[in-house]
Amino acid sequence: MLDKAQVLHVARLARLELSDADVERMASELSHVLDHIEKIRELDLEGVPPTSHVVDVVNVLRADEPTPSLPREVILAAAPEPLNDGFGVPSPGAQ
Amino acid sequence: MSDLIDLTAAQAAERIGAGEIDSAELFEAYRARAAADELNAFTWVAGGAPESNGRAAQPLKGVPIAVKDLFCTQGVPSQSGSKILEGYRPPYTATVIQKLADAGAPLLGKTNQDEFAMGSSNENSGFGPVLNPWDRRRVPGGSSGGSAAAVAAGLAPWAIGTDTGGSIRQPAALCGIVGLKPTYGACSRYGMIAFASSLDQAGPLTRDVTDAASLFRHMVGQDPHDSTSLEYPGPVELPSAEDLKGIRLGVPEDLTGAEGGIEPGVMDSFKQTLALAERLGASIEPCRLPHAPHALSAYYLIAPAEASANLARFDAVRYGLRVAGDEDLTTMYSRTREEGFGAEVKRRIMLGTYALSSGYYDAYYGTAQKVRTRISDDFRAAFERFDFIVTPTSPCTAFELGSKIDDPLAMYLNDFLAVPMSLAGIPAISIPSGLSDGLPVGFQLAGPAFSESRLIDAAYALERAIEFDGSRPITGAGGDAP
Repeated sequence: MLDKAQVLHVARLARLELSDADVERMASELSHVLDHIEKIRELDLEGVPPTSHVVDVVNVLRADEPTPSLPREVILAAAPEPLNDGFGVPSPGAQ
Repeated sequence: MSDLIDLTAAQAAERIGAGEIDSAELFEAYRARAAADELNAFTWVAGGAPESNGRAAQPLKGVPIAVKDLFCTQGVPSQSGSKILEGYRPPYTATVIQKLADAGAPLLGKTNQDEFAMGSSNENSGFGPVLNPWDRRRVPGGSSGGSAAAVAAGLAPWAIGTDTGGSIRQPAALCGIVGLKPTYGACSRYGMIAFASSLDQAGPLTRDVTDAASLFRHMVGQDPHDSTSLEYPGPVELPSAEDLKGIRLGVPEDLTGAEGGIEPGVMDSFKQTLALAERLGASIEPCRLPHAPHALSAYYLIAPAEASANLARFDAVRYGLRVAGDEDLTTMYSRTREEGFGAEVKRRIMLGTYALSSGYYDAYYGTAQKVRTRISDDFRAAFERFDFIVTPTSPCTAFELGSKIDDPLAMYLNDFLAVPMSLAGIPAISIPSGLSDGLPVGFQLAGPAFSESRLIDAAYALERAIEFDGSRPITGAGGDAP
């Protein structure tokens, strides 16, 4: 059901590099799982509202009061490439 | 020292409170066992007992706790079973872990799990599979497999895990211990490395029902850091029921029929437990949950869809692995994620991204959300006639390592009896109901939202009648594969 081109398209959307073997395997595995899942499309769901969340709460707000954040150096300690008090990354524009 | 290990956590707390044993001594006894772990249940073990000043005055008395890897713990490796987070030490602590520490349960260690909690066998961990202490050739279940194995083997007095679609209940069942998935919103999700945010819920894995109640009562509560957490209505009571008089149990034929693929040995144990429940005074009748058989399909759209969004944060920028892709930013993202994520995580990200992608959203994700409404409606209708819905927890007992890993769909079917409750956000508890061919079987009770106290009470009455003996893996007999 899912062909290689679709797998590559989805992988690009998900920012996943897949090897040729992975693409092949993913196409077959995902198709197999989707075949099973497809069955829910046979249900009559006309007029049924979707549930995005089971908790019946809306607009949960806290008081708008400033509280201290974690220090910059604590956050940057976990970064692969701390740079000039920020996060270093390769250029988004190169290619 | 073996006497200490024989005590349940609540019994140990009581002895500490009475001054009969010392909390530091208890900690050290478990620390030594956890450090000598041969099951690969732990990914990190504490170096020594923390300062014990004032512990005796705290409700949990210093009885140490094992915590699933995915709970962020300040300064302690918190990797969610993934190579992409190998060595990550968060700068803050998850709310439930902080609450338990404040109540007197210090951290014993972090436990192994399926990567990002995706799996039913613990074989998807980036740090190797966990072995089932009843038979080391078999899986402990997942995704909270390390927590379940550690408690079952007496490497920890009690543990915390998370349940998204069965990840507390199924490993508890396969390891012969108690596992409680609370009502969605009962416990804060703050600091839990997210899998599927509308489903993830923290809960206890314990040797018995009393321990589950003792731990759970200190985990609940609204948290300003989690807008979906709720104030728990009333205190969580410790169980005391001696019978089930007047309790109406519904057996959903839509789940326990042929479609559930329940093994004969599991079904036998389930029926014996129903007979016990009847002797304790419960009434037992078949009930309908017509949409529940479709829960698994809805779940495998909703959970991967949410996961694909949640796992977008692993971008090699702020923390975790970075694989050099110096050419440009997108290459760095893609290469890091290719190398850092395991096969199952990639599969779910792909499935979720597909289900959310343009042109497919309504057909997949939208449809699944409507099925979710139907499933909640089914439970609501059932609870008008019944106090609890009961099923086996898992269709099968612990299976052999490697036996399902190449068939994703067969693996997903392990969750057939667990996901309906997850989608409805209702609480469910698994207790050991007996053995089938020497392996533990789990019995599941599910109740309406926030019915935990009643649910725990009923489970307690059943537990006393079942008299399950979980001592074999603690004494080490489980180490000898037959």
